[in-house]
Amino acid sequence: MPELGRLRAVYAAKFRAEIALQFAYRGSLVIWLLGLLIQPIVYLVVWTTVARSQGGAVGGFRAGDFAAYFTMLMIVNQLTFTWHFLEFEWRIRNGFFSPLLLRPIHPAHNDVAENLTFKLLTFTVVVPVAVFLLISFGATFETQAWQVAAFVPALVLAMALRFTFEWTLALAAFWITRTGALNQAYFVAMLFFSGQVAPLALMPAVVQAIATLLPFRWMVSFPVETALGRLGPTEVLVGYGAQLAWIAAAVILLRVVWRAGIRRYSAVGA
Amino acid sequence: MRSLGLVWLSLRLGVLNALQYRVDFFIQLFQSVIGLGTALAAIAVVFSQTDELGGWTRDELVALVGVFFLVGGLVNVVIRPSMERLMEGVRLGTLDFTLTKPADAQILVSTRQVDVWRLVDVVLGSVVIVIAITRLGERVGVEHATAFGLVLIAGMAIIYSFLLVLATLAFWLVRLENILVIFATMYEAGRWPVGLYPPWLRLALTVVVPVAFAITVPVETLVGRLEPATLVTTVVLAVVFLVGSRWFWKFGLRHYTGASA
Repeated sequence: MPELGRLRAVYAAKFRAEIALQFAYRGSLVIWLLGLLIQPIVYLVVWTTVARSQGGAVGGFRAGDFAAYFTMLMIVNQLTFTWHFLEFEWRIRNGFFSPLLLRPIHPAHNDVAENLTFKLLTFTVVVPVAVFLLISFGATFETQAWQVAAFVPALVLAMALRFTFEWTLALAAFWITRTGALNQAYFVAMLFFSGQVAPLALMPAVVQAIATLLPFRWMVSFPVETALGRLGPTEVLVGYGAQLAWIAAAVILLRVVWRAGIRRYSAVGA
Repeated sequence: MRSLGLVWLSLRLGVLNALQYRVDFFIQLFQSVIGLGTALAAIAVVFSQTDELGGWTRDELVALVGVFFLVGGLVNVVIRPSMERLMEGVRLGTLDFTLTKPADAQILVSTRQVDVWRLVDVVLGSVVIVIAITRLGERVGVEHATAFGLVLIAGMAIIYSFLLVLATLAFWLVRLENILVIFATMYEAGRWPVGLYPPWLRLALTVVVPVAFAITVPVETLVGRLEPATLVTTVVLAVVFLVGSRWFWKFGLRHYTGASA
């Protein structure tokens, strides 16, 4: 398999370059860490307050469950998130996309490698932050051993799904010169349908139904629910199925949009 | 009087500049409406499970969202862009041109860049505040509304001084663009009353990054929950911040050597 061997060499080289790059911007990492810490605390604190005022629990969540939920949410968010759709407009407008196209390898590989390296590096920071949150907010888990094991494939599939989906979204920049508004609409959908504002179990029934049909729940909320031990064996299997179906749909969509987009692309500033 | 004229001139130039890019207005309007809708929907989700949040009612939180947008809008219209431009000026040496002008340099750099479309946030925020006040009804008396205005101005002065101090740090640490991102991150936490947060974060939001004074305190004034002592403290603090930041700015300016010269 010379193809695969070559791909591995490309990834190894990309990893080394990315690590050097990330270490050059340590200051940005500190700021990023602050955001990482603040975000989960905001809704964690809001929902803990609600649980207390409702006699200790709301919708089956006690204060400790919210601590576990929002900390796991932070971890899953951190491992699945991508930023490429925020960069594509800039990439295309300034002509940085042209060199990527000239390489004898699909540009998505560049971003996968970039993504994995960043996560590998930052996970060393995420772990202490998570431990701090779990301890200081007194998190409680009701997870069984099989659910811990079930969490791993759910997380990996979520990473694949979110990357493919958001990379396809990024390709909109081939047609739209200003993607800010589109990206914001995407963020809002993500906020409510993937369980960022509140666990989906606390959302109105309509929102829950829509969330099951849309891909967002399968990118974030599903692995979190699995890790918290809130899903039975059947629900976990259905979840894997939904993730795989959405990955297949996203890959097909990516290929179609990519072919059409690349024909539209005319280099700027080359 | 002359300073006011200068401020007016800077703002007018900024507006004229922005009017060249009118599509930006609709993009900003779309984004602001979505942002506001998101904030209100989040409140609706929370209040579908409870009647009060840490002693705050739904209408009080709506007022908080209004102030969050109003203050955030004011910061983003002129203060943040001007501070970004100041830091860039220190790095590139273009600040020289500002300093040679025969006017107060602090006023010039503070009104240098105007992001006029962010006024949409100011307008939307004001509308939300008015709606919240109507719903709160007789709980908001004339004296509360007056005190609210006073505290809001004091809060803005504190935020402005804080950002000026951050930007002034650029005289020593040249590569510092990201420092304003710290403020933006902490500001997000101001969407909810700071009283909800654990003590260490509440302290950080009051003392380290004074978001509490700009958002939570004005709303507490509006709903008549603020003790007079806190009101006086806020105003005194605003004066201290203004004087202190001006001193720090002048002190920093003495360290400026010009990058291009």
